[in-house]
Amino acid sequence: MSTSDSPVRTTSPYPAPSFAESVRLIAVREIMARIRSKVFLVSTGILLVAAVASVVIGGLVSAHPSLPKVAVVGSAAQLVDQATALEAVPADDTDAAEQLVRDGTVDAAVVPGGDTLLGVTVIAKDSPPSDVLGALSVTPPVTLLDPPQQNGFLVYLVALGFGLVFFMSAMTFGSTIAQSVVEEKQTRVVEILLSTISARALLTGKVAGNSIMAFGQIVLIGLLVSLGMAVTGQHTLLGDVGPSIIWFAVFFAIGFVLLAALYAATASLVSRQEDVGSATSPVMLLVMIPYFLVIFFNDNDFVLAIMSYIPFSAPVGMPMRVFLGSAAWWEPLVSLAILLATTLAVILLGARVYSNSLLRMGAKVPLKEALRA
Amino acid sequence: MLEIRGVNKHYGSRQVLKDVSFTVGDARMTGFVGGNGAGKTTTMRIILGVLSADSGTVLLDGQPLTAGDRRRFGYMPEERGLYPKMKVAEHLVYLARLHGLPTASAKANADALLERLGLGERAGDTVQSLSLGNQQRAQIAAALVHDPEFLVLDEPFSGLDPMAVEVVLNVLRDYAAGGAPVLFSSHQLDIVERLCDDLVIIADGEIRANGSREGLRDDFGAPRFEIGVPGDTDWVREVPGVAVVSSSAGSAVFEAETDAASQAVLQQALARGPVHSFGRQRPSLATIFKEIVT
Repeated sequence: MSTSDSPVRTTSPYPAPSFAESVRLIAVREIMARIRSKVFLVSTGILLVAAVASVVIGGLVSAHPSLPKVAVVGSAAQLVDQATALEAVPADDTDAAEQLVRDGTVDAAVVPGGDTLLGVTVIAKDSPPSDVLGALSVTPPVTLLDPPQQNGFLVYLVALGFGLVFFMSAMTFGSTIAQSVVEEKQTRVVEILLSTISARALLTGKVAGNSIMAFGQIVLIGLLVSLGMAVTGQHTLLGDVGPSIIWFAVFFAIGFVLLAALYAATASLVSRQEDVGSATSPVMLLVMIPYFLVIFFNDNDFVLAIMSYIPFSAPVGMPMRVFLGSAAWWEPLVSLAILLATTLAVILLGARVYSNSLLRMGAKVPLKEALRA
Repeated sequence: MLEIRGVNKHYGSRQVLKDVSFTVGDARMTGFVGGNGAGKTTTMRIILGVLSADSGTVLLDGQPLTAGDRRRFGYMPEERGLYPKMKVAEHLVYLARLHGLPTASAKANADALLERLGLGERAGDTVQSLSLGNQQRAQIAAALVHDPEFLVLDEPFSGLDPMAVEVVLNVLRDYAAGGAPVLFSSHQLDIVERLCDDLVIIADGEIRANGSREGLRDDFGAPRFEIGVPGDTDWVREVPGVAVVSSSAGSAVFEAETDAASQAVLQQALARGPVHSFGRQRPSLATIFKEIVT
């Protein structure tokens, strides 16, 4: 076996790209493929419009609450004017006022008379109008020993917001990355790619590209929502929600990488687009559980505390607790550390599953075999 | 020179490669021939490092092949595939850049290759909009776009029209002429016969024959000769050391154990009268293949 007669081979004129350079090329291709996809552009547009619309409509509704209308007769007008939560509609006499109540033009009528201190009688159609009564009554001052930091409805809205945004983005980009993994398998382009770059570089590039897109979408939604709040004058709300939105973005950035790696690894087990759904369904469950938990248990400190430390639900649970003010300053940091460690472990395992399964076409690769070193 | 040495591979309990060893010489076109499931694709995947062997090594110029070396390979997998939604030229540039080419060289290479393969006008179209034959051409471009120094092509001719076959043949010849080892597999034995310098025949995961095309033909079976003379040829049977394969009025085909025996036939024929033709008959590749594999 003499090699003396073989020509002296010089090294390639093109140096092999580094791992980082390969990852960058793959990530850029992933991003370009998303940006060029009409489905992606349309769904992002709808998501952004919905986010802005919810803020603007919420702002308009709270800025112009509709006051209950009451018909007033004679001296009752003075009393109604003092109650700022009522809109007075003057009526000529009691009969006219009753007629307005029957029409439904007003919610109730306030006419002079009656034996109480107020010296008025309230006329309503079929039930006592509690809002009108409340506005006319004198209530003693109340002192709360343990006042809630946020009002219940707002808590629900914020929980819904975090839950929904996390759920939607994770689902959209998770299934996108799963489909693109199987596309590479199904079209067999993966064999050419693997003859050039390592499976780890391919996985990293795909996860990076899709994470950047998902994170970009979240940041865009966050900016638009903040802008919408500022423009519609909801400064106090912005001040309340602001810090938790920032924590949400940080947790999301890492949490999504975790999910993306899981989606890619599970999708690599199958070879056909039709099988992606069933292969990735365990991961989808991991995405859905925190969403439902935060909606049903956003007022339960114990459940939220547990959620805020479990890596899969921490991106929703911890910002929620920051918003509620129930988390000490160090808690988000500890939870973030747990999330980071889990993400690293999942990436390492995921890369193994991914490289073991990529070239196995046909039937679904059993997870046990895919995990083998 | 590329050397495959003692490669074994199991899929589960099934052994698909048994101690596979052969070499692909510089500037040699080496045809890799075998039936379905014989182990060609597995061998090529192991050369490219897409699969790992259970044991054995792949050496380049005597050194174990590294990931860096493999980037200088042009590989066309048996299972074709490109991203369906990417534009052809963009796709080629992407692959070239993954191999380390700067963008400008990648673009220049892609354009030149597409032109040469007759796809120049389709450069801006998506892969999925091309016909199957044109996708095949694009696939060949994908294997060559990074100026590879070695070629490993699995069934490069399947699915190509005769014109495209000629183009690809010329491209491969150019590579071999430039000193690159070229290994290609094909079911089309006539093409292999025309194209290859060396031949490797594999069956059931074992290398059954391996060597230069002419050498294999010469070695295969006893030397066979055909002689053409006017009239009856039954007398050939009487010549010692000769076994007649077929004889008819006007010609006879016989196997001769020694050169002397074949020359004895010729001398007798000349003594009997004119000889129209006398020559050594080499078995076709198809014949050799059939006999070796079955």
